[in-house]
Parts: sequence; C-alpha cells; structure tokens
Amino acid sequence: MRVTNWAANYIDERTGMSGLVKELGRKIFPDHWSYMLGEVALYSFIVILLSGTFLTFFFQASMAETVYHGSYAPLEGIKMSSALSSTLHISFDVRGGLLLRQIHHWAALLFVASIGLHMLRIFFTGAFRKPREINWIVGFTLFVLAMAEGFTGYSLPDDLLSGNGLRIIYGMVEGVPVVGTWIDFLLFGGEFPGDAIVGRLYTLHILLLPAAVVAAIGIHLVLLVVNKHTQFAGPGRTEKNVVGVPIMPVFAAKAGGFFFIVFGVIAVVAATVTINPIWDYGPYDPSPISAGTQPDWYIGFADGALRLVPPGWEFMIGPYTVSLNILIPIIVLVMFLVVVGAYPFFEAWITGDQREHHMTDRPRNAPVRTAIGAAGVTFYAALWAAASSDILATHFKMSVEWVTHIIQFALIVGPFIAYFLAKRICLGLQKKDREIALHGFESGRIVRLPGGEYIEVHRQLSEYERWRLLTYDDYQPLMLRPNERGRITNAARLRARMSRWFFEDRIAPVTKGELEASHQHGGH
Amino acid sequence: MPVGTAVVLPDSEQIQNPGFPPYRPRVSDLDPKKARSNERRIALLFAASMVGSVFAIVAYIVFPINANDPGSIRLNNLFLGLGIALSLLGIGIAAVHWSKALMEGHDLSEERHMTRGSEATRASAAEVFHLGNKESGFTRRKLVRNTLIASLALWPLPGIIIFRDLGPADQDANDVLRHTMWKAGTRLTKDPNGVPIKASDVTLGSVFHVIPEGLDDREDALEQKAKAAVLLMRLKPEDLHVSKGRENWNYHGIVAYSKICTHVGCPVALYEQQTHHLLCPCHQSQFDITHEAEVIFGPAKRPLPQLPITVDSEGYLVARSDFHEPVGPSFWERDHT
Ligand code: HEM
Ligand code: FES
Repeated sequence: MRVTNWAANYIDERTGMSGLVKELGRKIFPDHWSYMLGEVALYSFIVILLSGTFLTFFFQASMAETVYHGSYAPLEGIKMSSALSSTLHISFDVRGGLLLRQIHHWAALLFVASIGLHMLRIFFTGAFRKPREINWIVGFTLFVLAMAEGFTGYSLPDDLLSGNGLRIIYGMVEGVPVVGTWIDFLLFGGEFPGDAIVGRLYTLHILLLPAAVVAAIGIHLVLLVVNKHTQFAGPGRTEKNVVGVPIMPVFAAKAGGFFFIVFGVIAVVAATVTINPIWDYGPYDPSPISAGTQPDWYIGFADGALRLVPPGWEFMIGPYTVSLNILIPIIVLVMFLVVVGAYPFFEAWITGDQREHHMTDRPRNAPVRTAIGAAGVTFYAALWAAASSDILATHFKMSVEWVTHIIQFALIVGPFIAYFLAKRICLGLQKKDREIALHGFESGRIVRLPGGEYIEVHRQLSEYERWRLLTYDDYQPLMLRPNERGRITNAARLRARMSRWFFEDRIAPVTKGELEASHQHGGH
Repeated sequence: MPVGTAVVLPDSEQIQNPGFPPYRPRVSDLDPKKARSNERRIALLFAASMVGSVFAIVAYIVFPINANDPGSIRLNNLFLGLGIALSLLGIGIAAVHWSKALMEGHDLSEERHMTRGSEATRASAAEVFHLGNKESGFTRRKLVRNTLIASLALWPLPGIIIFRDLGPADQDANDVLRHTMWKAGTRLTKDPNGVPIKASDVTLGSVFHVIPEGLDDREDALEQKAKAAVLLMRLKPEDLHVSKGRENWNYHGIVAYSKICTHVGCPVALYEQQTHHLLCPCHQSQFDITHEAEVIFGPAKRPLPQLPITVDSEGYLVARSDFHEPVGPSFWERDHT
C-alpha cells in the first residue's frame, strides 16, 4: 500500500491525474450482451497490433525475386518474391511464427466481423440518433478502414491468391473511364504486377492505415465518454440517467477479463485451425488459378457485385470504351456505403426530432427503420452469396447460370420481401406487447366461473416488467403545412411523404388512461 | 428542443416510471461459504493461467521445428498456441467471474446532462471567437483574409504533385498494354517449362497452357506473362465458326486465345472439352471457343482476343503476329490508336 500511495502521489503531483480518476473512475456502463460487440472489435484490434508487430520483425515487403530455401520441402528451389519467401520463413522456420500469422489473420477476420455486428446493433437500436451521429460516422469510417487494412494485409504475402486479388483490383481500376490506366500506373508503378505494389501496400498496412484506425478509435472512445453509453428502457432508467456498473471495479474487471477471453479464443482457433495456407497456393503467377478460390469474407460482397452483372454491359462512345460491367458494381457498392453512412441524418430529417436520445430502441418499436435495416442486410447478403456462386452451384448441383440468376433475383426482390416481412413482424410484436402490457399474458390456467363459463386466467405483469413494454418514442406522420410565406416547398412535400412512409402504420404506446381502464375491467 | 413529429403526452397522461426494482441478492451475498468457494474457483482459474504461461514456454522449447518435418510445425503451433490460450483464458474467465460473483452487484445510476455547453459557456466561447476576430481583424481586413485562404488552398498542391513519379514517367499506358511479347515467328511453348509445341502434339480435345518462347529470359517475365499467356486447343475444323479476315489464324483447327479474362483479368483457366467453353473462375464468365471466344455468360463483354498462329518449317507452332487488340480487361482508350 505504501508503494502505491507513494506512486499515486508522485504522478498526481506531476500530472494532476487525480482529477481524471475522480471524473472517470466511477463512470457508469450499462450492461447488455449486444454492447460487447464493440468491445470485441476493440480487443481484436489490440490483438492485431500485437501480432502484427511481431510479424514486421520477420516479414520482408519486397517483390525482388529470390529462390526459396527453407523447411517447406515442396517449394524448395522455387522462384518467388522475398515477400512470399519471408512469409514462408515465418510459417515454417520461426517458432510460433505460424501461430502469430494465424492469430493475426483470425483476429483480422474477427475484427471486421465484430465491427459489422456492432454497426448493426447501433442501427437496429437507434443508438445513432442525436447526439451520436458523429460517432456513427467515425464508426463507419472504422468499418471502411478495417476492410482496407484487411485487403492490404491479405495482399502482402504475394502468394497466388493475393496476386489474383490484386489482378482483379488492377482490372477494375482499368475499367474506370478516362483515368483508369493512369491510376493503375501510379498505384502499381506501371504494368501489372510490377515490383512496387507489395512495398507500397505494406506502408499503408503497417503505418498509414493503423495510424488512421488508432486515431478513429481514439475519437470514437472520447465521444463515447462525452455522450455516455445508451441504455435499454427499464424500471428506474430515464433519458436523464445512465444505469449500470461503475468502471472501477466491476466494469474494469469485466472488460479487462473479456479482453483476455477474446484473445484466448483467437489463440485457440489459431492453434487449431489453419487460415490462409499460402504454402499450398505457391507464388503468384499470372497464369494458373484454381476454381473455388475465395477472398476473405469481408471482400466477398464486392466480388459478388462483380459477378452479378449480366452479360454485355459495356459500350463505346466513339473510340472510347465504357465498362459498365465494372462501373455499375463500383457505383452500387459506393452508394450502399454512402446510404449506410448517411442514414442517421436521413432519419433525423424525417422526424425533425432534435432531442437527445439515450434510450436504445427495441428494434420492433421502430418498424420501418428495422425493415430498412433488414432490407440492407438482405442486399448485402445477396452480394455476399454471389461471391460463392460457383461453390453454391457445385453444392446444390445446379448450373452456375441458375445460381447467378437466382441471386440476381434475390438482390433485387429480396430486400423488398425482407422489408415487408420485418415490418409486419415488428408491428405484430408491438401489438402483442400492447396486449400483454394491458391484459397480462395467458397463464394456461383455466377456471370455471360461478356462472358456468370457463375463462383462462391472465397473469398480470409486475409494474417493473410492464414498464419495459410501455416506453418508447412514438412519432406520427408529418402534417403538410404551408411555411411562413404561405408556400409548400418541394422539400416539405418530400419530407411529408417520407414521414408518412415511416410512421403511417404506427402502434402507439399504451397511455395511462388505457392502462387504468384495463385494470378496472379486471385485466382480461 | 424541438421534438419534430414525436408524440409527447402531457405529464398527466404519462405512466409513472416505477423506479428501480428491489435488489435481489446473489447466493454469494447471503452465504459466506458460497462466497468463499467462488473465491477459490477464481484463484484456481488464475493458477490455470500461470500453468498455461509456463506450459507455453516449455512447448516453445520441447517442440522445436525440424527441417522438412511438417508434423513438427503442427505440434509447435498447437501446443504453443494452446498454452498461450490457457494463460489468456484463465485470466479472462477469472476476472469476469470475479466481477460477476463477488464484486458489489448493485446497479448504480449516474446523471446525464445535455451534451451542449451551458448558455454561459456558449456565450464565453462565442466571445473568444469575437475577440479573436476583433483583435486580428480577420473579417475586417478582407485582403489579408482572402490571400490567406488562397495561399492555404495552394499550399498542398506541391505535396500532391510530388507523387507523380509513383508511376513511370515515360510510358504510355495504352501503348504498353496493347503490345505483348508475341510477334511473327515466336514459338508457342508450354507453361511453365518453355518446351516448344509441335502442331502434331496438339490432339483433338487437348488443351495447352502456353507462353511465348524466351519468356523466362526476360527480366519482366511476370509482366510479360500477365499479357502473353495463351490457351491452345484443337477442335474439329468444321466446329469452328471463323469470321472474315481470320481464316488463316487457326492451324487445322488448332486455335490460340488469350488466357487473360476480358472482364478484370483473371486467367481463364478452365476448359470444358465437350462444350468447348472456357470458364473464368473469378466471376464465372464463359467464352465459346467455337464462336471465336465470344461471351455466352457472365460479366465479361468482349471475346478473348485470338492469337493468329501457324507452323514454322520444323512443324512447331508459331505466332503469325501479336494480338490485334489489347488483351485483358477493357480500358477507356483501348480502341484509340
Ligand atoms: C485492422 C488492422 C489489420 C488487419 C485487418 C490486418 C490484416 C492482415 C491480414 C489478413 C494479413 C495476411 C496474413 C496472412 O499471411 O495470412 C496481414 C499481414 C500482415 N500484417 Fe496485418 N492487419 C492489420 C494491422 C496490422 C498492423 C497494425 C501491423 C503491424 C504493426 C500488421 C502487420 C502485418 C504484417 C507484417 C503482415 C505480413 C506478414 C504475413 O502475411 O504473415 N498488420 N494483415
Ligand atoms: S475476371 Fe474473368 S470473369 Fe471476372
């Protein structure tokens, strides 16, 4: 104790740290399983930093040709780049090297996956609403950066698969009108593959992008502290408080422990399941390729978008070629990302609600938002499935043509079906909640009334249980009214139409009057 | 704050928040014996972590990697990994268990405040800007301000320009992309060993992966191969639909097509003998060799370019010329010669 006291005093007298500890040490964090997704992302990123740093000590980001000599006999004497040869060296000559490569790669897959799920959590619970729109943008940026980190990392070993991935990028950039070849020559230093790209991607992968990720995570967490965490509705919880456990000690122990668990799980997987066996693929060569090769999962949606383009989407303007078969997928992907990034602002514009929102919605209580999310997920899933069209075809013994057509259909129609279903389900659940809040739920117990009729006994909810079902934000469609100058602008019209779309089918929360009335009726 | 289209009921109609439910104590809050057994369990998990750490170090030493022994790598990976995992999971599970079972379990509540600064703070902040403006004359001295903005706008430009030399200075992309190593008389050789191919070697239904002779001696072998790779197959001459001007591009039904997909450039490596279709494994474009490799399915638009071939005096297959168009993916200026 003496030593700790002395150290605390020493530091405080030089930094004034006690203020920070007082301010943050007992900050409250609400508890819910879905709030851990962001933590998983953070912890897997730390694992990536640690394992990646180890790899940098052995990896040589050079495309200079060497002849492989090492412990992996099947490639002995084969010409390859230093990048691949050093990656083989890490895998087969450095003790623990393969383990750290696999930890790095598994952690990367988990990182992107957990960011994605975390984003879905934020979306479906409406946690992006004021005052957290900026943090949505920061998180969205992280999602994009994570994919970029993943792709650049995947390209580093310069094996057959990663070279093919780069070939596809080169080809896509070539398809960009006017500046395509020019950008390619800048990126790759000339023709494909050239001898520059691995080194350049390396600088991005271990310097620029991680710096950007660290900066974005920093902003993300500072804003989290400033805005405080959201919470689900519950007894005692209001827009004006935050209920949960304090950082010191409970949250620190939980979250700190959780970091070790995430790391431990990644280690178990890396110890037992091979990922990216570059030794099976061999060095990059523009000529061979095998069927059924797959990019890392998070690139799948982009690959799928390329696959779904029907034949013939290319035309000429005079002597110039316009490759719609490449442009359209790029535009669709960018638009998709833009819509995701811009959604909070869109919803805020429709509701016009400028209050702060700290209670997370249950997805059912925002039916149209939830339905839009379901449509988006379906769209992404269709693109993603398309990246495996050949594998699906062999698996289901169908022709690739049919699988492609089915997924093309699913891409267009699927989101509408998902939208419709999700909205119906939400409204159904809301109605049920309303029923239960007013009349309790059927206990399954039948009693006979003195008059001879049978009724089922309804069990009433406790006050606390009921509260969870009663409180949510309710909106009504916007009434179109002339503005001060007596005019109805087109923007207002559009907003009114959108508002009707969002809130036309609304199930209002139970009011006090209704609750009292139902209690007087004996609750059934 | 404006509530927009939100429905806000008057206070009298709002249902009252019932407040926090009473705290339900955990077993370990009531039973000191349970608490002590939890304590032991947590300590045991921390001990397991220590065992894991030591085990990982031991595994590092006792499972070395032996040259040419894949099994040794697997063992090194497995045991080192499991040791590290145990050392991590022990700490992790212990800490979480501690927090759940033994630490004070009451929910606490903290007040939230509006995110925006108080009116007084905002007024002082505005005052700071006001003073800054007044004391510098930022809005008053328009000339200074505008030249400042203009100079700041120009300042990054050299920083962008210096990246010009990321790309080669002296190459015209269109020129580079449209020429390959093939020229009149270049022998077709097998990929990867470079053995020349006799027309008589190419039997009906066979397919050869082909590179130009002398590829391996080139310093830019990969770049050249990425453009010059060719697939060679023999069909019955009557199965080929040959267009005008291409009559002598095949040799008795032996045809050579660029292997580089016209979509985004993967090698079109899969040949289906019965249908004479080439399939690109990347995005499933299919090319019909009987119809000069026109696209019959998938996102590619243009046929694979055909390499005109014939035989030389020794019976080896040779190119008649280079391709007549750029191979590989489409690009903007590809037809602009
Ligand atoms: C979010 C961040 C990151 C992601 C998603 C990511 C992902 C990847 C992936 C998928 C690979 C291919 C691994 C393989 O060979 O199977 C890779 C390679 C590599 N990464 Fe990262 N990485 C990230 C950050 C970092 C950082 C911060 C460093 C260094 C401090 C780093 C260093 C390396 C090195 C040296 C390689 C090449 C060695 C090899 O391929 O085995 N990475 N990365
Ligand atoms: S590269 Fe061949 S289909 Fe896309």
